[in-house]
Amino acid sequence: MIGEDPGRSSSAAGSKGGFPPLRRAGRIGLRVLGGVFVLWAAATLTFFGLRLIPGDPAQAILGGPGSQASAEALAAVRAEYGLDQSIWAQYGLYLSRLLGGDLGSSYSLRTPVSEVIGAQIGGTLLLAVLALAVAWAIALGLAVWSTRGGRVAGVVGSGLEIVAAAVPHFWLATVLVLIFSTTLRWLPAVSTQGPEGLVLPVLTLALPLAGFLGQVMRESVLDALDAPFVLSALARGEGESGVRWRHVLRHGALPGIALSGWAFGWLISGAVVVETIFARPGLGRTLLNAVQLRDVPLVIGVVLVVALGYVIMTVLTDAVSRVADPRLAVRERELERVS
Amino acid sequence: MTALIGGKAGRRTRGGSGGSGGSGGRMLGAAQWVAIAFLGVLLVAAVAPWLLAPGDPLAIDPAEAFVAPQWGHPFGTDESGRDIYTRVVHGAAPSLVIGVAATAIGIALALVLGLAAALGGRIVDFGVSRLLEVLFAFPGLLLALLVITVYGPGVVTSTIAVGLATAPGYARIIRAQTRSVASSPYVEAAVVLGRSRTRILGQHILPNAVVPVFVLVTLGVGQAIVWAAALSYLGLGAEPPAAEWGAMLFAGKNYLATAWWLTFFPGLAIVLSAAATTVLGRALQRRGPR
Repeated sequence: MIGEDPGRSSSAAGSKGGFPPLRRAGRIGLRVLGGVFVLWAAATLTFFGLRLIPGDPAQAILGGPGSQASAEALAAVRAEYGLDQSIWAQYGLYLSRLLGGDLGSSYSLRTPVSEVIGAQIGGTLLLAVLALAVAWAIALGLAVWSTRGGRVAGVVGSGLEIVAAAVPHFWLATVLVLIFSTTLRWLPAVSTQGPEGLVLPVLTLALPLAGFLGQVMRESVLDALDAPFVLSALARGEGESGVRWRHVLRHGALPGIALSGWAFGWLISGAVVVETIFARPGLGRTLLNAVQLRDVPLVIGVVLVVALGYVIMTVLTDAVSRVADPRLAVRERELERVS
Repeated sequence: MTALIGGKAGRRTRGGSGGSGGSGGRMLGAAQWVAIAFLGVLLVAAVAPWLLAPGDPLAIDPAEAFVAPQWGHPFGTDESGRDIYTRVVHGAAPSLVIGVAATAIGIALALVLGLAAALGGRIVDFGVSRLLEVLFAFPGLLLALLVITVYGPGVVTSTIAVGLATAPGYARIIRAQTRSVASSPYVEAAVVLGRSRTRILGQHILPNAVVPVFVLVTLGVGQAIVWAAALSYLGLGAEPPAAEWGAMLFAGKNYLATAWWLTFFPGLAIVLSAAATTVLGRALQRRGPR
């Protein structure tokens, strides 16, 4: 499987089972349907999960038994969520509201959840996209460099995973602030509006992710270096570094693409810590505040929006992987035949 | 979560390809021995902290507040003059207990889900797989945060939350492992030989499917320590002045600019614990049954 060059086997992918772009569209359509299912199930799970809590659901929505919500506030929540009706009527109400983009209202901020999220999501997306790009750049560079051989490169290569698994954001942020803010005074410790305020938060998010992506990409680069197409490219007279960058790098990037959907969710989750440490406004900090105040509608709203983002990213990366690596479709059909 | 997904790549042995410097061939290199030694010290610190640090981790001494690392206070002191070294040593027990307990919860849940999916037939497999897919849409901390919102912050909730949040990843690995064992030649042979279903299950499938889980546990404890510490750091887990590493970081983060040692050393303990379990877990994974 690995032995094929992705660019060269597209004819094989299309040789049986219809016009390839149509099949591809069908696959992607299936993935979208799967994504819609996941979102529906996530919404349903949170709805019934909330009803499983012993005690008054209105009380739970208003921050638990400790919040001492007023009788009027409780009555308002009961009316808003239709809590006096049957559970199925409540569920129907909840789903129809979700479809209309209504996520309820935050009891701590006293504004609609969708407005709060709309105001905060931009900063977090910027952070996540920049971190993903930086992580990709570092990971690809490391993957290609660390497979050139040599002792140092090997140690760096096998150390990547440890960095990814063992260096938590809160610790990395602390060390980066100590070095670049407290000691060198190059960058602000508290995120400011300007671009220099973004450097440390982005690095904090990107470095562990780069360690993880780099390790996976490295595996894939090593596999590709063993592949016959590398030998044949060398035999055609292409230079060592040309092969490395043109053919092998593409293989290295493939698992990175496939993992970017997962990485996105991971970055948003990391943004909770990073935005808190660097005092950056954003979805993560909003979420943490909501958790601390036990603002259930806001927490569920943010979590569902992140799930939506995760689903969109997974469908997107799946589609991109298919375009970048036509072998996937072949492999899938083979799997179907076997099982 | 990183370690779990990394597990897939890490389990493949690297047979000296492409002139890589990976340590695939050796069983226990220097790194593994260092990891074992560190975990040994950690265990001593957890079981008998007074051997390493005879002082009281909660004893305050306002005259000695914010002392920088020096002889007598190797890691310095905090805002109330508590000795950081003593607190880090005494923090090993709660941090380890939380890590182990969370991993146990996660693995137990995952065993039920993963085995049910792999052995319970098509419909159960479909249901469990879809459930896992849905849970994966709540990445990382988010599932844990959801649990904490509903049940309120604290050590117990955050431990359960970390366990729940890690379960889907384990479940997926256990399901795949069990399925591959169940379709392996020796199980087929046992079926052909007419062995009973329960005997095949108990004698062939379960041992071979479950033993690799212990490797996951090694990797998982380090991850769980990091996650639980992250929750404490966010003020949702153990509370200061408890000598728990995450809580120490939470308490120290306000003094970052003036007294770096308040956060640096507890953080270092977390990083080293997670690194040690990762190194050891990977080594076990490379030599373990495949």
